[in-house]
Amino acid sequence: MKLTGSRISISLYTIAAFIALLGLADATYLTVQALTGETLVCGGSPDCFRVLGSSYARVAGIPVAAFGTLAYFGVFSFATFAAFGYARARVFLTLTIGTMFLATLWLLYVQAFVLHAFCRYCLFSAALVFGLSAIAVLVPSSR
Amino acid sequence: MLYRKFLDLIRATILVACGFFSMKRYLPFFIVGTVALVTLASGALLYRAKRLPALAIPENSTTSAMGGTEMVHVRGRTDAPVTLVEFGDFQCPPCATLADPVNKLEQEYRSRLRLVFRHLPLPNHKHAREAALASEAASLQGRFWEMHDLLYREQSVWSKAPDVRVLFSAYAGMLGLNIDRFKKDIESEQAKARVKSDEQQALALGLANTPTIFINDHRVPPAQLNHSGLRVAIGAAMNEKVLK
Repeated sequence: MKLTGSRISISLYTIAAFIALLGLADATYLTVQALTGETLVCGGSPDCFRVLGSSYARVAGIPVAAFGTLAYFGVFSFATFAAFGYARARVFLTLTIGTMFLATLWLLYVQAFVLHAFCRYCLFSAALVFGLSAIAVLVPSSR
Repeated sequence: MLYRKFLDLIRATILVACGFFSMKRYLPFFIVGTVALVTLASGALLYRAKRLPALAIPENSTTSAMGGTEMVHVRGRTDAPVTLVEFGDFQCPPCATLADPVNKLEQEYRSRLRLVFRHLPLPNHKHAREAALASEAASLQGRFWEMHDLLYREQSVWSKAPDVRVLFSAYAGMLGLNIDRFKKDIESEQAKARVKSDEQQALALGLANTPTIFINDHRVPPAQLNHSGLRVAIGAAMNEKVLK
């Protein structure tokens, strides 16, 4: 059976929604951790503390993970609506993923060259964002 | 009769739900709404489970826990009948072990128990003094007890760290403190003076080991430094207070 462009798109949007759910769980967990001061999240990794406790982990006092939660929820919502044929959701989905991709590049740069430490939750999130970016590129353009 | 009505109700609910979901345009709203609710609910539950106990009274209250009136770190009501004073060292493993039972007792006794913490960093613990200074630097931003709990909880991590300052700054960041101010405060004379004052108090009492616990000015024997032992001592202190 040959998949039509529309079917491929629906499958890709569905995959994007599932990836966004994983990211949503990760970001929600880190947001709660940042708000409570809970540190067991790092499981004894000093590098993880250095990243999550750095000044780069907050923007105007708000944990970066909170922005991640909103972004992943946005991706989930837009991907769901796009899978159901809402054309405008596709545009918003691409824009949100593009913004997240740039933010991820910046956060990876900070970890690698400024803090010299990596947080595994942040790397997991980065992998998810790269996956979402690949989907955004692969999804056939609608006419 | 009632059973049949119940069945009818379920049947009607299923029919309404099927009708709702057959209207494809509402389904994405339902999915997104459900995920939003589940995320909010799980986040709120996680927050409730993990948040640190709120301070009952302001930081750095003046108290007379050991007889004199001076600045000490207090957690609990000022009119609590029982005061537990700990002379602790953040790098001492038995102190970290005791932190959990003490927190449990605090939750158990609530307004009837007040905690006081005093520093006694032992010279054989390489990072103990810096940890004490870190807690004082956090105290200058009103978060002593949060840093206290964090240092005990993460003792096994920072005790082995080559550059402990970096980790302490990271902890300050995790607690939402101003990191630049924290870095300055950890070197400040004010923080050093606070730690020194507690050490002098310990010296005056002839203390050389941690943890040393006093309950209403009575020293708790080392063998009793566990949850049940402290519970007995707190109970005795309460009875004594009632008899007076």
